[in-house]
Amino acid sequence: MNLIALSPFDLGLAAALVILLALLSVQLKLGIAGQLLFAGLRTIAQLMLIGLILKSIFSYVHLGWISLLSVVMLLMAGREVMARQKYRLKGWWGFGLGTLSMFISSFSITLIALNVIINVDPWYTPQYAIPLLGMMLGNTMNGISLGQDRLNQSAWQQRSIIEARLMLGWTWSQAISDIREDSIRTGMMPIINAMAAAGIVSLPGMMTGQILAGTAPMEAVKYQILIMFLITAGTGFGTFVSVWFGSRRLFDERERLRLERLQVN
Amino acid sequence: MCLVLVSEKFTQFAISFAMMASMKLVVNNLQILMLEPWSFELRAGECIYLSGPSGSGKTRLLRALADLDPHQGDMQLDGVSYLGMPAHSWRKKVAFLPAESQWWSADVGGHFSDYNKTLLHELGFTEQVMGWEVARLSSGEKQRLALLRALAQSPEILLLDEPTANLDSKCATVIEQAVEHYRRDSGIAVIWVSHDISQIKRLTRHGWVIADQQLKRQDA
Repeated sequence: MNLIALSPFDLGLAAALVILLALLSVQLKLGIAGQLLFAGLRTIAQLMLIGLILKSIFSYVHLGWISLLSVVMLLMAGREVMARQKYRLKGWWGFGLGTLSMFISSFSITLIALNVIINVDPWYTPQYAIPLLGMMLGNTMNGISLGQDRLNQSAWQQRSIIEARLMLGWTWSQAISDIREDSIRTGMMPIINAMAAAGIVSLPGMMTGQILAGTAPMEAVKYQILIMFLITAGTGFGTFVSVWFGSRRLFDERERLRLERLQVN
Repeated sequence: MCLVLVSEKFTQFAISFAMMASMKLVVNNLQILMLEPWSFELRAGECIYLSGPSGSGKTRLLRALADLDPHQGDMQLDGVSYLGMPAHSWRKKVAFLPAESQWWSADVGGHFSDYNKTLLHELGFTEQVMGWEVARLSSGEKQRLALLRALAQSPEILLLDEPTANLDSKCATVIEQAVEHYRRDSGIAVIWVSHDISQIKRLTRHGWVIADQQLKRQDA
């Protein structure tokens, strides 16, 4: 069974629905019509672009190009993590911490998946490597930005309590431990919920795509389970790393709370 | 003749050495932000008041002594520099009680792993207080419990930042007397920031005043 190719006319019909929605929001003075259309245009442009890139990478398999694309994806995800935080670390830390955490978790887990679990040859076969990495980055990005946002915001709001604990001779780590635990929980909650709801409330996108493309449902389900577990591990480890180093960065070498290292976005 | 001179010098040296040794806290050129550097010493068991106009740097000085804010200069406790120990160990020895106390657990007991029973009673509580809800405490109760909490770690220096500023005179007296008795029993050195002249007179005759960025000795 082969996938039915979509014509520009088919996509035009779907786009008409979005335009209809925009017209309705103009009528209701919601003030989001512009945003909606611009986001729609971005979707077209960005996906076409990545489609072209993937097409050429698939036809010309080379580790260098795949690595380059991976790094670009990582940097874009890092920028997104930074932009999503209300309070973020100043300077390179704001960008570097999230990016490094994603690099550690997403890249290592993608490598394990390609080399040990899926065992594809060569391991960097782009049909596997790029979508896998994309899903890892997209989800760890959520966890890390949620955890980091919670950490910085809580530290900002509870600065007096953290300092009161320091005054009692607590270590920096003890003084912020409850906030840190809370932030890790916040970062991991969406993926835990996604695992719990998978298949009952929602049919995960990847599985749906595979089934549409003609894959046998059980094969698609196995891949989806694999992806879910990899994403969960990646999100969890990435959130741990970023919240741990992020909380350390809020204190200096004399264990003083240094909130001037944060800036309001 | 010569021998006499030597022994005289030695005696002087011995005396100054003994005085040095009795100094609990020695602060050298402590500089906070834009303020002038300050140097001073504190003996074990000494009680000193600190006053000065608001914004003159009293709280900043206490925060720097507890190593809570970045600063220049050196501080030594029993001859050991603050840099010679982890910051949390320093803060266990140099306790800072701010004007407003902070509470994070629902019940009082969640803030204590240990406490001084004699002090608990002197502050007007029984052991039952550990089961009380923090939300129901009055400001006077909070401040008395905050003192108990700060002293639970057996510090050697106690920094009090207007601890009785918002309290009625009865509660203020309880706190004053509890600190005074504890100081006599334990030999803790106390720096007490206060605006209240009558309170200062009750507490001690010795103190420092911050004026024009200078820290000056002033005896009431």
